[in-house]
Amino acid sequence: MSRSDVLVDADWVEARIDDPKVVIVEVDEDTSAYDKNHIKNAIRIDWKKDLQDPVRRDFVDQAGFEKLLSEKGIANDDTVVLYGGNNNWFASYAYWYFKLYGHQDVKLLDGGRKKWELDSRDLVDGAVVASRPATEYTAKAQDTAIRAFRDDAVAAIGSLNLVDVRSPDEFSGKLLAPAHLPQEQSQRPGHIPTARNIPWSKSANDDGTFKSDDELKELYEGEGVDLSKDTIAYCRIGERSAHTWFVLHEILGQPNVKNYDGSWTEYGSLVGVPIELGAAK
Amino acid sequence: MCGAKAGGPDLSGVDVAKETIIQGSVTRDGEPVTGYVRLLDGGGEFTAEVPTSATGQFRFFAAPGTWTLRALVPGATVDRVVAAQQGNLTEVAIAV
Repeated sequence: MSRSDVLVDADWVEARIDDPKVVIVEVDEDTSAYDKNHIKNAIRIDWKKDLQDPVRRDFVDQAGFEKLLSEKGIANDDTVVLYGGNNNWFASYAYWYFKLYGHQDVKLLDGGRKKWELDSRDLVDGAVVASRPATEYTAKAQDTAIRAFRDDAVAAIGSLNLVDVRSPDEFSGKLLAPAHLPQEQSQRPGHIPTARNIPWSKSANDDGTFKSDDELKELYEGEGVDLSKDTIAYCRIGERSAHTWFVLHEILGQPNVKNYDGSWTEYGSLVGVPIELGAAK
Repeated sequence: MCGAKAGGPDLSGVDVAKETIIQGSVTRDGEPVTGYVRLLDGGGEFTAEVPTSATGQFRFFAAPGTWTLRALVPGATVDRVVAAQQGNLTEVAIAV
């Protein structure tokens, strides 16, 4: 994988906007953003309703993912282009799902909705919804080479790279959630011992586009991440760390990177595990 | 679309006494602007970002201390430094 395989710009999307084999998919933290307006021919995947198990805390399973993509009219050989608000956090999260279930050709729109809007590109009214004929989508079994679980996170302390991609104030324990959300939470504040704090935002420009390969490599190596070792990225619920997973695994082509989707809302609620407080050393 | 509204979005359901709220609106010539507002911490690091509402409003749940708000709108970027306290609404009107 390299940048050109996984990242496209707005001109690329506009040139293929009517191509039936290119499926543009909006995935937003604010799931109602699509109803306001969206890129022409884009369909919506709701990260909460469509991608999570309705009862347990876990993902939609393989059969559920097949059903979802079949209903959305996405075929196995379609090129899927994901975009969303909030600097592509949830689009990256969905990208990671598509890879987890083995979709071949999936890409992110660099800068997502924000750059598209700041560049004043065309959006269609939210009521205009593209319809795609249903397909018979076949997903592969989950690829756990890119997913870390809580025991992996605990076992990584002091041995593997742990990258905490939350903001410095969440890492230190001053905040419990990104600051656009209320702060009342049940878990303990802090971070996993030996984790490096490399906020996702350092990998992106103000307009939401990713920094250059050289800048990205320098960022992680400069923060003491030995890229030859296995890496686990985490945040609060796994969406911002999917963004960092995308940077390390997809843009920089590091093979041994996992996203810990349980992240702080799980780790900070575990009984007996070590927690460290305070700013990065 | 209605005009710009002062203050932040609706606060019903939020325990204001426990939160440290920074909120306000972004306007151009008195009209709401579609754009984004970023919250940067005391060290200038990104902490959060929200799109402005249809009426130009935004809100953050921060912690006590000094913060920078950065409004990103088509063709302009404007910074405002604010001090926030728990239990108090810090209101910021940003004209771009």
